[in-house]
Amino acid sequence: MSSQAVVHLSEVTKTFDVPGRGTMTALSGIDLSIGQGEFVSLIGPSGCGKSTLLRLIGDLTVPTSGTVEVNGKPARQARVDRDYGIVFQSPVLFDWRNVEENVRLPLELIGTDKAAREARVTEMLELVELSDFRRHHPYQLSGGMQQRVSIARALAFEPALLLMDEPFGALDEMTRERMNSEVLKVWTQTGITVVFVTHSIPEAVFLSSRVAVMSARPGRITKVVGIDLPRPRTVETRENRRYFELVTEVREALRGMDGRVEADDAALERATAEGGIG
Amino acid sequence: MRALRRNLPAIVVFFAALVLWEVVISSLDVRSFILPAPSSIANALVENWDVGYQIWPAAQTTFLEAAGGMVIGTLLGVLIALVISRWTLAGDIALPVAVAISAIPIIAFAPIANNWFGVLSPTSKMVIAAVLVFFPIMINVLRGLTEVPNSSLELMRSYAAGTIAVFRKVRVPNALPFFLTGLKVGTTLALIGAVVGEYFGGLNVALGRIVVQSASRLSFEVTWAAIIVASVVGIAMYLLIVGIERIAIPWHPAVRGERVT
Repeated sequence: MSSQAVVHLSEVTKTFDVPGRGTMTALSGIDLSIGQGEFVSLIGPSGCGKSTLLRLIGDLTVPTSGTVEVNGKPARQARVDRDYGIVFQSPVLFDWRNVEENVRLPLELIGTDKAAREARVTEMLELVELSDFRRHHPYQLSGGMQQRVSIARALAFEPALLLMDEPFGALDEMTRERMNSEVLKVWTQTGITVVFVTHSIPEAVFLSSRVAVMSARPGRITKVVGIDLPRPRTVETRENRRYFELVTEVREALRGMDGRVEADDAALERATAEGGIG
Repeated sequence: MRALRRNLPAIVVFFAALVLWEVVISSLDVRSFILPAPSSIANALVENWDVGYQIWPAAQTTFLEAAGGMVIGTLLGVLIALVISRWTLAGDIALPVAVAISAIPIIAFAPIANNWFGVLSPTSKMVIAAVLVFFPIMINVLRGLTEVPNSSLELMRSYAAGTIAVFRKVRVPNALPFFLTGLKVGTTLALIGAVVGEYFGGLNVALGRIVVQSASRLSFEVTWAAIIVASVVGIAMYLLIVGIERIAIPWHPAVRGERVT
């Protein structure tokens, strides 16, 4: 398994210096291996370091100790090789670019030739069903549509790995469920490996092949729940008895360590945000 | 049509104020050297349009001086902002100097610039205007280049984008609205600079000279006419920038009609 792992973390620790509070441990003893084509969700209370974990995989922050490998390479090299695409909680679209220009951005940076670039953008916009909105600007789109543009952009250069950091956290429940189905469609069609951060239990269970449940202070993976629901997953999946059992299992795993750490959460989140700048 | 409806209240108030002005002057018999009536200002403007004080050729001269000052000040402002945003050390040296230059009272600098660049040459007036224009351009462009959302920088980092790519794809477009704001502030400052420069000497066919000379002869109708023409030139320059803004940044909230003041 580990030889073909797309993501491999071993003994990963991440600490932050919080002014006036000393050192805080955001992540401790993280071991996780994610295989080709898996869909793995990271779930946990706020402050458990799930976003930090995702950022470590993307080399947007570096571990204090331990190793992070993507595609068998150090995370930094994988980033330089553009092995992953990322979708943040906010769409991070450039206002001055219209939809197709936003999707085209990574292809411009890579230096893809123009014809291939246009073909790829067309393909991506069809994938996220935004072909009719090519020339729209971000401000003319709803939040869900903006996030779809962001997904199209992350997939435009065919990365092996897709990192998603609470991508639908800002959307209403209806839109979120629709987006979940869209993401599964994209995942099925592209065969991409996905690491998905969320704090929604139904979302994690519906989407994933495995759910890594995390606890806070220090952030660690307490349990990995395998999701054996049949695919393709549809609206009926959400009414499946096994689905409820798995939701319950994840919920109990979360409750088991019950991270009531609100007081420290705010400080840790600030530190995480600041630590991420470099 | 929508623009007309939006500006209608302002237009109505403007003409009502003119009428009120005229009525007050004539009914209270205010002497013209204190405040001339709008009608006598209009009269002075027509009589001195291209003969006498030659207000129209003067307006063209002053406009060219202000425009030249805009160009010089803008180039300098953008250049220095680029240098400061790129090299911290340069910023530590250049920023205090820039602040010091902008703090120079322009009235004090005008005679010196006239002396340096030739009192009869438009260059001296352009330099004075440029000194005023440079600072708002520099500060605005600098903000635009540096105040980039962290999330945008992270996105570019995830693409392993280099400094130059981040500059071209993120910093420059991000700075564009700031730059245009600097230009808008700059237009009025450029005009003030040009007129102040003229005030301290130069060829007679220039708005600043007309103000000095007509006032010394107590022809205040002409003084007022010159002032009004100067502000019309300033408004025209400002509107030009607003037009450029509509074409250059149609996606910006300030342009797409969500009125931001």
